Amino acid sequence: MKGKEQTGAKKPGIVRESAALLKNNIRDYMMYIALVVIMAFFTIMTHGGFIQARNISNLINQAGYVAVLAIGMTLILILKHIDLSVGYVAGFSGAVAAILLTKYSLNVWLSILLVLLLGLAIGFYQGTLVTRVKVPAFVTTLAGMFIFRGLLNLTLQETGTIIIPDATFNALSNGFIPDLPGVSAGVHVLTLLIGAVAIVLMVFSMVRDRRNKQKYSFPVTSMPVFLIRLVFIAAIIAAIVWLLAAYAGLPWTAVIVAAVLFIYNFMLNKTRLGRYIYGIGGNDQAAELSGVNVRKVTLFAFCSMSVLASLAGVLYTSRLQSATPTAGLGFELDAIASSYIGGTAVSGGVGKVTNTIIGALVIMSLTNGMNLMGVDISYQYIVKGIIFIIAVAFDVTTRMKKG
Amino acid sequence: MSDTILEMRDITKTFPGVRALHNVNFTVERGEIHCLVGENGAGKSTLMKVLSGVYPYGDYEGEILYNGEAQRFHSIADSEAKGIAIIYQELALIPELSIYENIYFGHEIMNAGGRTVNWNATIVRAREMLDKVGLNVDPSMKVKNLGVGEQQLVEIAKALSKDVKLLILDEPTASLNESDSQNLLELLRGLRKQGVTSIMISHKLREILAIADTITVLRDGATICSLDTHAEPVTEPEIIRNMVGRDLGNIYPPREKKPAGEVAFEIRNWTMRDPLTGRELLHNVNLNVRRGEIVGLQGLMGAGRTELALSVFGNPTGYVVTSGEVWMDGKKQHFKSPKDAIRAGLAYVSEDRKGNGLVLIQDIKYNISLANLEELTHGLVINENEEIREAGKLRDSINIKTPSIAQKVVNLSGGNQQKVQIAKWLFARPRVLILDEPTRGIDVGAKYEIYTIMNRLVEEGMSIIMISSELPEVLGMSDRLYVMSAGTITGELSAEDATEQKVMAMAVQS
Repeated sequence: MKGKEQTGAKKPGIVRESAALLKNNIRDYMMYIALVVIMAFFTIMTHGGFIQARNISNLINQAGYVAVLAIGMTLILILKHIDLSVGYVAGFSGAVAAILLTKYSLNVWLSILLVLLLGLAIGFYQGTLVTRVKVPAFVTTLAGMFIFRGLLNLTLQETGTIIIPDATFNALSNGFIPDLPGVSAGVHVLTLLIGAVAIVLMVFSMVRDRRNKQKYSFPVTSMPVFLIRLVFIAAIIAAIVWLLAAYAGLPWTAVIVAAVLFIYNFMLNKTRLGRYIYGIGGNDQAAELSGVNVRKVTLFAFCSMSVLASLAGVLYTSRLQSATPTAGLGFELDAIASSYIGGTAVSGGVGKVTNTIIGALVIMSLTNGMNLMGVDISYQYIVKGIIFIIAVAFDVTTRMKKG
Repeated sequence: MSDTILEMRDITKTFPGVRALHNVNFTVERGEIHCLVGENGAGKSTLMKVLSGVYPYGDYEGEILYNGEAQRFHSIADSEAKGIAIIYQELALIPELSIYENIYFGHEIMNAGGRTVNWNATIVRAREMLDKVGLNVDPSMKVKNLGVGEQQLVEIAKALSKDVKLLILDEPTASLNESDSQNLLELLRGLRKQGVTSIMISHKLREILAIADTITVLRDGATICSLDTHAEPVTEPEIIRNMVGRDLGNIYPPREKKPAGEVAFEIRNWTMRDPLTGRELLHNVNLNVRRGEIVGLQGLMGAGRTELALSVFGNPTGYVVTSGEVWMDGKKQHFKSPKDAIRAGLAYVSEDRKGNGLVLIQDIKYNISLANLEELTHGLVINENEEIREAGKLRDSINIKTPSIAQKVVNLSGGNQQKVQIAKWLFARPRVLILDEPTRGIDVGAKYEIYTIMNRLVEEGMSIIMISSELPEVLGMSDRLYVMSAGTITGELSAEDATEQKVMAMAVQS
């Protein structure tokens, strides 16, 4: 193996390197540590109930809409903006979907498409206010919060809560992918297959990435530490897949979130648009002088945010199998908290959607675990608020030390 | 003669992995102007931060004797209480507050009873302080409406209001134009008469020679020498030799002068207005640059040079160009945004590399590729291997000193940041390069390297417009130069005809 490898493949070397690695990347690892600690805590407190296949499956279905919102929010936060309207945009979108499905008896897919277009229009409206009229995003979307809450109530004024009878629609956040035909092994074979493929792809991409770095003599971690990380991540994926396969298989929500995550991760890391988003967040004037159309990119981020909010609305409505006038309350808080817990910098310019997903899991594990324990909702808010502020305070202080 | 106000003995200060100061000795006599020079990273600012308590007692080794007493400053407040004031390169005034509020910020004049601020007394006293620094403006003006030079004077007025005995100025003239610089130096001479001791960090050797009683040179965290300018005349080459430990010979690398090619870039009848105030910022500017030519654009701060450059570079300023044309290689151009300008082959290296030149929190390769990602994009995807190769090539060719192009730009020295900025714009493959203050705030060695790069580029056929406030630099590097004043071109000179006197005369013309 060629290239620069940090020396010290012997045992004390590994320990020292791991310690150094942990110290230098404490921000990234802290999030995983927090997730593991929270999951372990709830597992103990619920006598194993939390970690049961059924509950994990549930957790994923519940976390879906928050994850989708948090991914979109990460872009907005990297750009040093904020979108407070996402909750009621989601609620309003869900209500519109319900009306389209019940009152107008439209096809499910057509209804969803129309709702996403509605999200696009909302994003265009808010994005235009922010980029052209130069109303701060905080104000624009705070107004949006009022407007879309009003529209949500108006939409459901005649009917009240709408129960959705459509099985396909409801399956989005309650159903599971079908198994391969003609197999009955007691476990969900297709889920296991997908899990295996995911692990292979992950190992392949990590090895390729490391090789590439070595080729250009960039610093890489030593082989043992690299292997430990590889095995650790593979083990986590394997464990989750095994749990899901033993229950009912992969939820549709997971598939949808994975698709959104894949697209946004690709966009942020591999395309010009992604580069521009980080550039504008890091220094908007420098980006502008480098030929970046700051307005257009920002407008895109707001459009994408509202489309994802509409998608989140569809997922949430599907989860409840009904549209209610209270849908959307506090969604923006969960989304923003997820993104910050996932390491998006409060000062902008830094953030990863993959880490945001971990942040969303932290937030939703808290919700789910406390629900299982029967913790009063008031305390739930307080606990989440405290975890949120600790995460951000930790982030700010570690960034300060790095200078 | 010996009346020592300050003695710093065997000061050693280490940062993780770096020894910034190593047994530095530094002695200042009462009532003198003491200049501290050295390349960037030589330890000048660190030494002054030790003195002013930014690095508290215990954070360094060694002793500080002030007025003959050993001092242990734990914070800036401690050193201020003893009459030591430091004025940083980046001004620390609050733009939205008035001058008088700023001057007495933190040590307000209180009414009897000491609970409320006596604003009337504050205004009167602020007026006195402004008189002392020779600034004739209304003290109730907001600081944001002052020029940089005037803000600097307000900073000094603020220091004086605290009854300063030892004034430390960190590159006070770095962002000042020639006449403001002269004013400031004159002010320091006046303060010297009143018994105020000054320590001035500066890169501008001419200024230093004009004003210093003593010059101390630091290099690599150690004191190299202390020169008494009254004992024997000190020369620029002598200081430079001590700063870099080598003879630079010529400050400006020689270039074989070739007959200039055809006109590559031209600005015609360019007029621009500020829509908010209605003021004309640029008036009927005409300027051109030929292939293989370096054209200097000299002028005082506020003459409109940066505004001119930005307005032709797709005008991201918000000002309105009311008339004028831009021509490149004989074709008329309409740049609606910087993107259009970049595509046509124009590049603008900003004067403010931290403010709008670089994305500091990103790494070197990110910054280098940012203005020309099109070239690296195939389909949707950026080819990162190609990016690394291209950035690596540029790193080598313009000698950015860094272990890896994956290094964050924020961690680089000023000179290396500037090189990253230049590399970035070279990657955009321009034919015409506008360099705005390309050597501001960087050390002598890095300056020489940047001059060498400029020479190489024009030899390869590029055209360069160099905006600079430093007269010797413009005279030393340009084939031809324009002088700007108050938004108009007041003169054009060939390299042979240009002298400092001629240029200065045009620059103050209005």
